[in-house]
Amino acid sequence: MGGLPAGKVKPTEHAYADWELRVDALMMLLVGVVGEGKRMTVDELRKNIESLPPADYDRMGYYDRWVISLTQTMIQRGVITTDELARKLAEVENRGQSPISARKRRRAK
Amino acid sequence: MKSGSDPDFGPGDRVRVRKAAPLGHIRTPFYIRGHTGVVERICGAFPNPEELAQQRDGLPAQPLYRVRFRQQDVWPGYRGNPADVIELEIFQHWIEQ
Amino acid sequence: MKTAGRYEPYSYFQLMEVSLRELLVEKGIVTEDAIAGAMAAMRERGPERGAAMVARAWIDPAYKTRLLENGSRAAEALGFEVPGLKLIVVENTPQTHNVIVCTLCSCYPRMLLGLPPEWYKSRPYRSRVVREPRKVLAEFGTKIPAKVRIRVHDSNADMRYMVLPMRPARTEGWSEARLAGLVTRDCLIGVALPKIPKTRKS
Repeated sequence: MGGLPAGKVKPTEHAYADWELRVDALMMLLVGVVGEGKRMTVDELRKNIESLPPADYDRMGYYDRWVISLTQTMIQRGVITTDELARKLAEVENRGQSPISARKRRRAK
Repeated sequence: MKSGSDPDFGPGDRVRVRKAAPLGHIRTPFYIRGHTGVVERICGAFPNPEELAQQRDGLPAQPLYRVRFRQQDVWPGYRGNPADVIELEIFQHWIEQ
Repeated sequence: MKTAGRYEPYSYFQLMEVSLRELLVEKGIVTEDAIAGAMAAMRERGPERGAAMVARAWIDPAYKTRLLENGSRAAEALGFEVPGLKLIVVENTPQTHNVIVCTLCSCYPRMLLGLPPEWYKSRPYRSRVVREPRKVLAEFGTKIPAKVRIRVHDSNADMRYMVLPMRPARTEGWSEARLAGLVTRDCLIGVALPKIPKTRKS
């Protein structure tokens, strides 16, 4: 995106949320920067981020893009399957502690 | 790691970046394609990121150069010191003479 | 690092993080301890290592030469572990100012500077600093005179970059630690210059 028009740079600082640091840590471990394993390359991470539809790219946060890309890469690599992911997402959501499921319960009333 | 050919270019050589727009993951930014600069140094040889992105090993490693471009050559209407430069890393397979 | 009981993902992406992590832990790909360890390391890391390298270069001309020749080895010489880092250090002079960007994503020498600031990863910085560096630097409050040449470094491939700023005037005799205190993360990226803080007269 170098050279394309854009607005002013906002010199914002950002305190990293725990979940973002977890995504960062997961990346370091999966790419093999930290720890003994290596399950993917940083090039696959970048490729999958670049493959996001432009409108999604712009409205997603930095670690939103990373977590989607890491998940895609794990599916592409065969480490997890789409079905496993679907079941796990439902299981996690149905623990009933998240505002996402709380919103759904409110709407259902 | 096994290396591809010896580097074709050396510091001081004028090189032009290929103009192409393939699919897939590319580490040569759009804005520099088609432009001519001078090799500042040879960084070494590295696996091809275009191939690594596709789960291939990217070998043989490709020579990677730092290339210096004059800003006024890259951006139409560039306003700044004529000596301003931009320096990027260009893989050998993206260079044409 | 158990999150059950304090669990509150707000978004689809946070739900994805939990799900991905749990699947990978269940399959033995990663462990919770390894994740917690990596998190702790990045949470603590600021620009101290980069600042220490600059301060040493300001005091020791032989170290400065090594730093400019091979940044990674110079980091290791100070005891910093930087596995896989290929660092190039670029020197500011009275004639030349350097600034670093990664237009393609957000490549950054994390092992020496910590996690990058939000603005470094943002579209405005990545798009504009390559094309109008002086204007972008001015938005940071950094005015580079027209007669000074600007070198912009786009970390688009395997190398990573750090700026060696000029040592401010009136710092003769300062200790290495005190000098390092002048070197902020923004100085190492090239959007700021080290400044002696104004002292308040009481």
